[in-house]
Amino acid sequence: MSENKLMKNSVITTSLSRELTAAEISEIEHEISLYPDKRAVGLEALKIVQRHQGWVSDESMRAISNYLDIPVADLEGVATFFNLIYRRPVGKKVILFCDSVSCWVMGCDRIKQKITDQLGIDYGETTSDGEYTLIPVPCLGDCDKAPVMMIGEEMHRHLDEEGIESLFRNAAVNKSGGDS
Amino acid sequence: MSDRPLTKNIDLARGPLSLRDYEAAGGYRGAKSVAGLHPNEVLERVKESGLKGRGGAGFPTGLKWSFVPQGPESEQQKYLVVNADEMEPGTFKDRLLMEGDPHLLIEGMIIAAYTIGANKAFIFLRGEYVLAEKRLARAIAEAKEAGHLGTNLFGTGYDLDIVLHTSAGRYICGEETALLNALEGKRANPRAKPPFPQVSGLWGKPTIVNNVETLCNLPGILANGVEWYQSLGSGGDYGTKMFGVSGRVKKPGCWELPFGVSIREVIEGHAGGMQEGYSLKAFLPGGGSTDFLTPEHLDTPLTYSAIGELGSRLATGTMILLDDKTCPVGMIGNLMRFFAHESCGFCTPCRDGLPWVDAIFRDLECGKGSAKDIAILHDHVGYMGPGKTFCALAPGATAPLGSGLKLFAEEFEQHLVHGACPYL
Repeated sequence: MSENKLMKNSVITTSLSRELTAAEISEIEHEISLYPDKRAVGLEALKIVQRHQGWVSDESMRAISNYLDIPVADLEGVATFFNLIYRRPVGKKVILFCDSVSCWVMGCDRIKQKITDQLGIDYGETTSDGEYTLIPVPCLGDCDKAPVMMIGEEMHRHLDEEGIESLFRNAAVNKSGGDS
Repeated sequence: MSDRPLTKNIDLARGPLSLRDYEAAGGYRGAKSVAGLHPNEVLERVKESGLKGRGGAGFPTGLKWSFVPQGPESEQQKYLVVNADEMEPGTFKDRLLMEGDPHLLIEGMIIAAYTIGANKAFIFLRGEYVLAEKRLARAIAEAKEAGHLGTNLFGTGYDLDIVLHTSAGRYICGEETALLNALEGKRANPRAKPPFPQVSGLWGKPTIVNNVETLCNLPGILANGVEWYQSLGSGGDYGTKMFGVSGRVKKPGCWELPFGVSIREVIEGHAGGMQEGYSLKAFLPGGGSTDFLTPEHLDTPLTYSAIGELGSRLATGTMILLDDKTCPVGMIGNLMRFFAHESCGFCTPCRDGLPWVDAIFRDLECGKGSAKDIAILHDHVGYMGPGKTFCALAPGATAPLGSGLKLFAEEFEQHLVHGACPYL
C-alpha cells in the first residue's frame, strides 16, 4: 500500500463519527456517575449505544471514544472481546444458542440444525427479512432445562425439533434463500 | 432455624420475596447483628465457621478477607466485588440464588463489606442473566429505600453503596483479576499475581472478590451462629452447598444439600436416576473444568477433600453426566471448543494450545484422526497444565482432557480404527 493511500485512509477513518443522541448521553452520564473513572464505562457505553442503534458501527465507536476519551483501539479491543457487542448489523432478534456441554449432551446439535434448516441461516448470519441473527453462546447457566437458547431477552427451554418448528413457523414463510 | 439457609425463601412459582416479606421471614437479622460487632469480631466468626469460597477454588473466605490491609495507615478506599459471572459449563446455581432470593445476596454483601471496610460494592453480573438483573435491581432499590443501603447503616455510621454492573459475555471474566480489568472498562485479560486483589485490586485499591453463593452463606452464619452452621454438613466441610445435575437423568435440577451427602444420593435420589434406556458412564463433578469420575465413585461424600482425593475437584458442585449413548470424545471435544473460544489469548499455551486441541478433536470426531494426534493431545495436558499459564483457564481445560484421555482410551482408539464416530 502506498504512503499516499495510507494517508487517505486515515483521513477517511477520522471523519467517521457522529454525535451521540441525547438519550444515549443521558444513559452514559448516569453510568459515569457510578464509577470513579469515566473510562470504566466503555463497555456500558457500547451496550447503551447498541441498545439504541441495534449494533455498534464505526461511527458510533468514534463517538463513544471521543465522549469518554478512550482511544478507539482500546475501545475496539473491548468491543471485539465481548460476545454480546455486535460490530456488524444484526437482526431485530438475536438468537443466542447455547452449544455448551450440558446442552450438547442433550442433543443441541440437532436443534441447531433444525433452526438452520428452517431459517436458512448459520452462526453469524441474519435472515433475509432482517428478523433473526443466530449466534452461539457459551453455557447459558440453565443446564437442568437443556437444550436452551435465548431470543432477545427471553429464555427458551427444553428445546425439541417440534418446538423449533412451531416457534419459527411464521418466520419460515419469510425465508427467501437466506443470505449466505 | 432452617437446614436450607440458602434456599429457604426460594419458590420459583411465586417469584422472590419483597423486602418486607424477606424481613418477615427473618431476613436482615444477620446484617443487623453485625451493627453491634467490631469488623474483627465478624471476621473471626466467619473464619471460625469454616466457610469456603463457592466459586470453584474452595479457598477459606475468612482467610481471604484477612489479607485486606486494615488500620489507619491502610488505604481507606476498599471494594467488595461479587462474582456473578456464572459461565462455567454445566453450572446453574448462582442464577437460581439471584433470581430466587436477591435480598439474601444483598444482605451477605452488607456483612462482607462491613467486615473488610468497603463502602462501595459492585455486582459483576453476566449480561445474559436479564431476569436476575431485574430482580437484583429491584431489591437494591428496596434496600436503599429502607435505609439498609446508603449512609449510616443500622446506626453504625457505616455507609455502603451497591452498583449492579452487567457484563457482555466472556467466561474469562469469572477469573477474579480478569473481572477487575473488565470492571475498570478494559479488555478482560487476567493480571499477574502478586499483587493479589486483596492488597491491590480494583483501581489499585484493596478488593475482595467473592462468589454469589459464598456471600449468601453469611446471613445465616451471623444470624444463627457458628455452632448451628457447623452442625450442617459433615466430612470436614461446614454448611450447605448448591449441588446440581444435568444430563440424561429423570429430574435434572439444583438442590441445597449439606456437605457430605453422597454423589449417589444426589444423582439417584434428587435427580431421580438415569432416564430409561440410559446408563451412567462417567461424570464431571463440578463443572467443565473438573476431572471425570465414574460410577465406582458414586458412594463418595461430596466434600472438597473427598473429591480431591479422587483426583478431581468439587469446584462448583454442579455435575454433568455422560451416559452410555453419548460419545465421550464428542463431549470432551465440545468442552475443548468452549475453552478455545473463551481463551483471552494473552498467554501462548492457552491461545495456541487450545485451538490446536480443538482442531484435533474436530478431526477425531469425523474419523480423520491419527495415533499421532492422540499423542499430541497427551502432550498438551502437560503444556497447558497448572503453572504453565497465566491463569486457571487452560489448566481447567486439561482436567476433562487428561482424565478423559485415560478413561476413554478405548473410545479414542475406536475413532481411529473405524474412521468414524462409533456412536453415530
